[in-house]
Amino acid sequence: MPEARVIPFDRDGKPGDGQSRVGSDAGSPPLPGSVIDEPDFDQRLASALAFLRHRITGDYEVDEFGFDPELQDKVLMEPFRWLYNNWFRVETRGLENVPDEGGALVVGNHSGVIALDSLMTQLALLDHHPARRRLRPLGADLVFSTPFVGEYARKGGATLASAADSERLLAQGELVGVWPEGFKGVGKPFSERYKLQRFGRGGFVSAALKGRVPIIPTAIVGAEEIYPMIGDARLLARVLGLPYAPITPTFPWLGPLGLIPLPSKWIIMFGEPIDTSGYPEDAAEDPMLVFNLTDQVRETIQQQLYRLLVQRRSVFV
Amino acid sequence: MGQVVLVTGVSRYLGARMARILTEEPAVDRVIGVDVVAPRADIGGAEFVRADIRNPIIAKVINAASVDTVIHMGVLATPVQAGGRMSMKEINVIGTMQLLAACQKSATVRRLVVKSTSSVYGAGPRDPAMFGEEVEPRHSPSSGWAKDSAEVEAYVRGFARRRPDVTVTNLRFANFIGPGVNTPMTSYFSLPAVPTVAGHDARLQFIHEDDGLEALRIAATRDTAGLFNIAGDGIILLSQAIRKAGRASLPVPSPLVGMVGRGFISAGLADFSPEQVRFLTYGRGMDTTRMREVLGFEPTHTSMEAFEDFVAARRLNRHVSPQRVAAAESGLLSLFGAQPEPSPVTQEADHA
Repeated sequence: MPEARVIPFDRDGKPGDGQSRVGSDAGSPPLPGSVIDEPDFDQRLASALAFLRHRITGDYEVDEFGFDPELQDKVLMEPFRWLYNNWFRVETRGLENVPDEGGALVVGNHSGVIALDSLMTQLALLDHHPARRRLRPLGADLVFSTPFVGEYARKGGATLASAADSERLLAQGELVGVWPEGFKGVGKPFSERYKLQRFGRGGFVSAALKGRVPIIPTAIVGAEEIYPMIGDARLLARVLGLPYAPITPTFPWLGPLGLIPLPSKWIIMFGEPIDTSGYPEDAAEDPMLVFNLTDQVRETIQQQLYRLLVQRRSVFV
Repeated sequence: MGQVVLVTGVSRYLGARMARILTEEPAVDRVIGVDVVAPRADIGGAEFVRADIRNPIIAKVINAASVDTVIHMGVLATPVQAGGRMSMKEINVIGTMQLLAACQKSATVRRLVVKSTSSVYGAGPRDPAMFGEEVEPRHSPSSGWAKDSAEVEAYVRGFARRRPDVTVTNLRFANFIGPGVNTPMTSYFSLPAVPTVAGHDARLQFIHEDDGLEALRIAATRDTAGLFNIAGDGIILLSQAIRKAGRASLPVPSPLVGMVGRGFISAGLADFSPEQVRFLTYGRGMDTTRMREVLGFEPTHTSMEAFEDFVAARRLNRHVSPQRVAAAESGLLSLFGAQPEPSPVTQEADHA
């Protein structure tokens, strides 16, 4: 019986684990001290088959942006959850700065050649925020015109970075994530790591002002080191119609092996919210105010980044 | 003295039903349906006039009957219905111009209702998730039905400017679906294997045929001018609709889509015009706030319910029905002595 009280660290475990737990749990009610209610084999099978039935018969719902929460929870996030917990060992700070409900705009720095940082931020809020908030990332149009990437971005909750979509999401009380550096941030050379690039045209600030929602400056440390970009094959990028064609110490030299991200240690820090409710109704129409707020958000994130970098002992530990 | 209504495109399913519905309307005295061929369906107490809206005869019809309400449903979606793209374009664009010219000269017309389409918004990766009526298309349609419809709307705007005394209501409908209507989308979902663009899953909206006709009826009998998006609530993904219809999807890599599409068109199987392919790649959503708040119309079917009604009426999913899948699921689970997981709908009901 004592093993019933063991809190498993590895939620997935080996296939046999579930069955042995069935045996031990069957005879007695769950112990009052047990923290994690681990579903047994029967429940997991039933849940997997129910999922399969929904997929075969089309019996599920997506929202107007094409977000498919069931698919995200049961399939899409799983590989990234593994990366989050075991590879990048993401540490979160300031989760209390993200409200439990209502609209808010999470603004983060963008890096790492492949935008894993947005996925990790999504997971930080989904798995570790007390209200299990779903972050709705905004992406560039290139994301949505790319086969498979665009399809699964939408199913995973993303939509086009545009005034219309961000305002619509915020008005519905959703938590929206933006990375205003865009491709300039993701595709910058390794030598410029943790130096924030230009913050677009400040569209995200206008959206927050219109929706009267707080802006949460968010600093992500660790993503810069996953694919250190030491070169950019500009000609190839132009031929392929990509914003950049990365060359890293391992890619393309090691072929597919070069796609494995380096196991850097990540910290995601959600900073103090910037309140926008005190500004007048038409504040979004005031370009000077929008530029100033944009700068303020950018500066805050840059300061947070420097502070975290000083505290970080090593890139990998 | 009640309304005298002229309905164009009455030879086809929706036009005929519209004419029939209006004859039952107490405020309507007379319904005149015009088209180049006789209606196949019953138009009830409506009078049929064989007239081609492409020539000035239409003006004589309007004057002779003192028509006060014109419902323009004569824009064709596929060249098959017209016998070629050239004559389709002529019916759609020249026909609309003639009709509007006749309305402009008429002393009696005071209301014009146009059945337009969501396809005027085009489709592409830079689109907003939901189009409001005021949003300009990011990817203007360049061919086919969508382009014709965009041109028709432009002429309608011109007419509204020249005759401000006429109430002009332009309804942009999502794809019609239901038990009776035949459209490129209904033939598409009836294919045994449904070709899709690999790596994309379009967002679709539908309007049930009964709801769509009700929206037209409201517009024809009230003075609510303006532009309205008309669609059932919610979104269905293309892949989801294919599953609902019990079909298999056949993903085609995008470089081959053009070739495959032309093959399907020449085999007469379904419409895969470039516009349709763009729509099936990126999909489209319309915001329907104005429909509810200004037009005062509330569809009775969501997009999903409308699609399910179509699937049930055509018995499309008889091989992979939800009952069969559920039976297989509980059969498999009973081997392990387990119970099926309750569906999300019942779970929500429990919480409520």
